[in-house]
Amino acid sequence: MGKLAKKVAMVGAGMCKFGRNFPEKRNPDMWVDAWLDAIDKTDNGIEPKDIDACYVGNYSSDLFNHQGHLGPQLTNLVGLTPKPTARFEGACASSGIALRQAVLAIASGVHDVIAVAGVECMTELPTTGVTDVLATASDTLFEYPAGATFPGLYATIASAHFEKYGTSHEDLMRVGIKNHANGAENPYAQMQESITDMMNSKRKKYEEQGRDVPDWNDEFDFLKSSSNPIIAYPLRLFDCSLITDGAACLFLASEEVARNFTDTPIWISGSGHGSAALSLHDRDSLTSFIATKEASRQAYEMSGLGPKDIQIAEVHDCFTIAEILAMEDLGFYEKGKAVEAVKNGESKLDGSLPINTSGGLKSKGHPVGATGAAQAVEIFKQMRGIAERNRQVKFDVERALTHNLGGSGGTCVVTIYEK
Amino acid sequence: MSNEKDFTIESYLEYIRNKKLMGTKCKNCGEMYIPVRKLCTKCNNANMEWVEMSGEGELAAFTSITVGTPYFVEKGYDRKNPYCFSVIKLKEGPMVSAQLVGVDESKPEEIKIGMPLKVTFLETEIRGETKVDLGFEPA
Repeated sequence: MGKLAKKVAMVGAGMCKFGRNFPEKRNPDMWVDAWLDAIDKTDNGIEPKDIDACYVGNYSSDLFNHQGHLGPQLTNLVGLTPKPTARFEGACASSGIALRQAVLAIASGVHDVIAVAGVECMTELPTTGVTDVLATASDTLFEYPAGATFPGLYATIASAHFEKYGTSHEDLMRVGIKNHANGAENPYAQMQESITDMMNSKRKKYEEQGRDVPDWNDEFDFLKSSSNPIIAYPLRLFDCSLITDGAACLFLASEEVARNFTDTPIWISGSGHGSAALSLHDRDSLTSFIATKEASRQAYEMSGLGPKDIQIAEVHDCFTIAEILAMEDLGFYEKGKAVEAVKNGESKLDGSLPINTSGGLKSKGHPVGATGAAQAVEIFKQMRGIAERNRQVKFDVERALTHNLGGSGGTCVVTIYEK
Repeated sequence: MSNEKDFTIESYLEYIRNKKLMGTKCKNCGEMYIPVRKLCTKCNNANMEWVEMSGEGELAAFTSITVGTPYFVEKGYDRKNPYCFSVIKLKEGPMVSAQLVGVDESKPEEIKIGMPLKVTFLETEIRGETKVDLGFEPA
């Protein structure tokens, strides 16, 4: 119980450039870009004949793009027809679930190699439409009629965390500042700009327009200004992740065949999947995600590792408060103590536990169904030492973790990787 | 308080439309649920009764939303006129989601978690139809 029957490795991983890609790129276009990027990062190459199945993570192509039944549409474009393919859905954890199901299928012995896809094209709809589609990942029977939006649900969680632990909005700002600094070093990110850069370019624009230049002393002043409007108190625009189009592709292989593709496979040593009541009001705690606790408990148990063994992590920062909760619920820090660690710089690129080196959902972007697979792409790069620009961590990463959350915490997948 | 209404979402919503906040109580173990449940997941029995809630509670968590859902935009809320989404802990134990009214939504920093609240039912005319939604206001 709780163990894989055989070892499973990630042998290749890639993604397309995240951004507002529609209409230049739609789901099938982005998927092929991600597939080619993943092949490029598979040392000995990989061909369709080597691959047994393709598991697709996608939240809502039906509502975003009026397209269901994505699997066959995508796989035919890369030469995988007539092999098995299916779509997995768990809101923003969709491709985390696809990844986990691929791991389980390989460990069962049925398949040797599976391609995991994560795709989402959101900007085909205007922002109000996107907000409405995302809201269907909350409880549309009882939360939606009460006015819940996605930022609203996380803001509600933030209000409870502020009350219980004395967390402040400035504590949340530090998460966004860090993630944007990391994203500025990621050529695949949607917003490759630090908050300081954005503040300075705004100042410059004001100057050019002959308007009064705001007297912001630092990023915090900028983030407290009207340039960062409130979306759902206490969360402001820069506490929210982005609306993004994107795709990612992972190649997973059994231990018998992994070394056909690379001499340095990344082993998936732990996988966990948890759930919680869909509505916040049906949960025992508003300041902790039980789905994260359960998924990480399973993943730690499977791998034989604990939170202290993890060297880097990609966590689901759909909102800044979500990164704080993840740091606590994954066991990295005690409840209420994560904000102090962020303040001390522990989660920065050069800190003791770098978190979201990719820029996270905040800066890299959040094409919801692609996010789980894209987190694994960053871990693959960091463990191989091939992260672009200046965001490669300065030590050899032996053990890493991804945390992929669905909706307002109703679903969570945690994956642990080892060299 | 028990009657013949099925333990369905539609029954619960019909109560709301008639301005009654009704919960379901497990006749076997006494566990209280709101919104409606047919099956008690504490003792695994399907033996419920409808119970009218006191409508008293306290504010567990909230937000003031400036970028609202299409439904609330239709109700007339916007950036200059935000609304509060809230989670309320009822005196009987369970929590519910509802709009919080009777507070200054533009000064959310003055709204206090833990404040006592009481139920209210919010009527809105939308395209000739009267909608009734659950709300809470300071007690």
